[in-house]
Amino acid sequence: MVMNCKELVELVTDYLEGKLLAVDAARFEQHLSICVGCTNYLEQMRQTIHVMGYVREDALTSQQWQDLLQIFRDWKSS
Amino acid sequence: MDASYNWIDEVSLLESLRGGDESAFSWLVQQYHNSMMRLALLYVQDNGLAEEVAQETWVAVLKGLNRFEGRSSIKTWIFTILTNQAKTRGRREKRTVSFSELEEALENKPTVDPKRFKPSNSAASADHWFVNPSSWKDIPEEAFLSQEMLHMVWDTVSTLPENQRVVITLRDMEGFSSNEVCNILGISETNHRVLLHRARAKVRSVLEDYLNSEN
Repeated sequence: MVMNCKELVELVTDYLEGKLLAVDAARFEQHLSICVGCTNYLEQMRQTIHVMGYVREDALTSQQWQDLLQIFRDWKSS
Repeated sequence: MDASYNWIDEVSLLESLRGGDESAFSWLVQQYHNSMMRLALLYVQDNGLAEEVAQETWVAVLKGLNRFEGRSSIKTWIFTILTNQAKTRGRREKRTVSFSELEEALENKPTVDPKRFKPSNSAASADHWFVNPSSWKDIPEEAFLSQEMLHMVWDTVSTLPENQRVVITLRDMEGFSSNEVCNILGISETNHRVLLHRARAKVRSVLEDYLNSEN
């Protein structure tokens, strides 16, 4: 059966993780080859994952460092 | 402390730690402490508690060094301890959610607004997009990685249901493999994938709304 857009969007993660059955992966890719909207949707999901990898917090404060090194020194001397 | 030292070899890193080499410990802290804080914050209320959980984890890691057999990577081992500590603490604060409960409650709701698709009974193009999502290919990388965008993404992640938050944080922010995430959280591969999908789809839709409103 031909895959439609509504079905495809729910399979994107399975597809990216390589967890679709071969037959479904083939239907997935076959749909992509004829659908700009889904091609863009897949690209947007890939970009979302890419952006997620850049979300970072600040560096450690010196207080944090001191606390942690103290933990290490306490352990070492125990 | 030589922060740039690269402990690629886990065996020598472990040996150094066991031998009390402070630079080895500093390196680990630099690598993981912030990530640990961030993960702990998914279970406990505030920064202070998260810091305590992370510190308790380091204590447990150091005490457990001699028993660690290297069946998993050091990173996975540390985060497994952290997750357990944070869960215990969160339960005491009554904020934790058990994964087994949540697995049962996994909704089957669509991750894309059904209104974006033509009705299932429309003749030729049933369930196809009314309006295609647009291509992001021409949007410069700097726009995606701007502080505004990254803050918005983090805010979105913060509002996700707890189980989705933990999974997307570990997978996409901390870069754990699906296997490692399943081990750390004790959930099945399938559930991990469902949670990850829902979380990513939510972040995508927020990015889409934002980008659409920019134009």
